[in-house]
Amino acid sequence: MAKIALEHIRKAYGPTEVIHGIDGEIKDGEFVVIVGPSGCGKSTLLRMIAGLESVTDGTIRIGDKVVNNLEPSQRDIAMVFQNYALYPHMSVFDNMSYGLKIRGLPKAEIKRRVEEAAHILELTPYLQRAPRQLSGGQRQRVAMGRAIVREPSVFLFDEPLSNLDAKLRVQMRLEIKKLQERLGITSVYVTHDQVEAMTLGHRLMVLNGGNVEQFGSPIDLYDKPQTLFVAGFIGSPAMNILDAVCGGDGKSMTLFNGDVITAASGAENLAGKSLKAGMRPEHLHLAGSHDAQFSAHVDVVEQLGADTIVHGTLLNTEEQLSVRLDGIQRLERGSTIGLSVDPANVHLFDPQTTQRVN
Amino acid sequence: MIKRVHFPASPLPYLLVAPQILITLVFFIWPASQALYQSFLIEDAFGLGSEFVWFENFQLLFEDDHYIDSFLRTAFFSAAVAFLSMSFALVLAGFADRVVKGATFYRTLLIWPYAIAPVLAGALWVFMFNPTLGIFPYFLQAFGIDWNHYLNGSQAMALVIMAAAWKQVAYNFLFYLAAMQSIPKSVIEAAAIDGAGPIKRFSTIIFPLISPTTFFLLVINVVYAFFETFGIIHAVTQGGPANSTTILVYKVFNDGFVGLDLGGSAAQSVILMILVIAMTVIQFRYVERKVEY
Ligand SMILES: Nc1ncnc2c1ncn2[C@@H]1O[C@H](COP(=O)(O)OP(=O)(O)OP(=O)(O)O)[C@@H](O)[C@H]1O
Ligand SMILES: [Mg+2]
Repeated sequence: MAKIALEHIRKAYGPTEVIHGIDGEIKDGEFVVIVGPSGCGKSTLLRMIAGLESVTDGTIRIGDKVVNNLEPSQRDIAMVFQNYALYPHMSVFDNMSYGLKIRGLPKAEIKRRVEEAAHILELTPYLQRAPRQLSGGQRQRVAMGRAIVREPSVFLFDEPLSNLDAKLRVQMRLEIKKLQERLGITSVYVTHDQVEAMTLGHRLMVLNGGNVEQFGSPIDLYDKPQTLFVAGFIGSPAMNILDAVCGGDGKSMTLFNGDVITAASGAENLAGKSLKAGMRPEHLHLAGSHDAQFSAHVDVVEQLGADTIVHGTLLNTEEQLSVRLDGIQRLERGSTIGLSVDPANVHLFDPQTTQRVN
Repeated sequence: MIKRVHFPASPLPYLLVAPQILITLVFFIWPASQALYQSFLIEDAFGLGSEFVWFENFQLLFEDDHYIDSFLRTAFFSAAVAFLSMSFALVLAGFADRVVKGATFYRTLLIWPYAIAPVLAGALWVFMFNPTLGIFPYFLQAFGIDWNHYLNGSQAMALVIMAAAWKQVAYNFLFYLAAMQSIPKSVIEAAAIDGAGPIKRFSTIIFPLISPTTFFLLVINVVYAFFETFGIIHAVTQGGPANSTTILVYKVFNDGFVGLDLGGSAAQSVILMILVIAMTVIQFRYVERKVEY
């Protein structure tokens, strides 16, 4: 068990810097997910924690030890790779026991640990098989098993589920979550899938272009996204971001098409400012002509059964808008709908700094 | 299963393989059958007539101590050449695999020996080890070793082994390096995280994973040592001193063209032919087995 501290971590490949000074602390036993778009530096950061990549600047601590110059093997970590990285010439048993053998554990202890892990992961019938004789999901579990038998103080995962089909991914996601809760081992998990991130992590570190956008609990990220990027990244369908100008009294906001809505909570001292107003599709509601705050033109209606997703534009503008409505709603393509939103659910951002302002 | 694409029948495929078949016929099948026929004949002492004797040439060969000696010598020679050149190439490839900067430069340097003609390679080594002029005998003197491969059979053997192995290192190196680079990096990284140091990783992960390449190279190197080292031996020792470096191919040449025992020489080459066919069969049979990642 150990906490991990990242202090001003930078990484440069030659002249190009890809990680621009990351700070953050991962508590003992915490499950932190690093999430962000492709190429934002997630894997690089994880590999620096693992010791597979050198740290250009800054300090990484695991427990109380500075690990910058320690070999991966000295950091007491285990890692699960995207392609599983199983040893192809060894049986499942040998794959799982490899690290233990190298550490010179007694045979009986190795056997006990491997069998226990195999039991937890339901791999017992496959212990003598070669990796190529296993399905993708089973291989993934072997990779997990190889990590847990080591009883490390930190688990690192680099997109471990991205090679699985959708159904298996959901199932394994649950298993990983249960396993981590049961073992209580500090874990860092990299993914670009925000649903995976939201369901797995105690806290999420949202990376974008080598910088941390926000580091907080899933609910924090959903309720109070601190930047435009986080607002757009977390949630599906993505949050609607509309241009708005705050009225002189700070009590109303004018949208791009002239519709006026009640100002978001906390907009009192933003009078007269141009803003970006974020509203989640699920927070928009259909409204009759007298409660409607603004109107939208319907382009596409997706019937998902449990809910209906409407894609359209803010009336008379090109601003994209989507709305998630409960249940089955019969709406005509090309029609106009009236919408309302609770001011408490409107997020305001400064268009220049992209930071949250309310 | 390999999916095959079916084209309408046309003479084109036959035309395309025709040159290859023609070459095989003219340069292999025809001389080979001549050798086979020749091996059943014994010429009289004056080369005036020959008699068809069935397997007598072969029988004589296996009763000949010189031939048996040469056989054992060849076995030793090829084992030594294969072992030396492969282990050396393995070590070099192991290092090259870890090098990031200047890898191409390093690789290019290592490939050069392969481009040198055997006779030239031999000449190079003869010169370096010349008892009076060479640089190595001079150094060896310091260790109390008196080098003269013109007189000392073991030293002559050592020299041809070194020369032959040196020339093959580049080839082995390329194959080993390619094999090592086809191992996914994450497998090596996983082993590093599991606590294996570079040597442990090499012995427990890399070496087992490249074993198909090792097997392939073993066959290639043995074939090389058996058949393609003629030039080196001819340049370095001419089979001497006292036949101590006369391996089978050299003996075919010696007995046939120097000793003019055409029947015996032909019988020897038939035996060599059978050996090379056997090795090729082994190669095709087992090399296809691959490791899956
Ligand atoms: N060896 C390298 N040399 C130079 N640049 C690199 C190297 N490895 C990664 N990069 C760059 O660093 C950036 C971050 O890469 P990284 O692999 O961490 O992205 P990622 O967030 O894991 O993306 P993905 O979701 O696609 O895996 C990328 O822009 C990439 O081009
Ligand atoms: Mg990545």
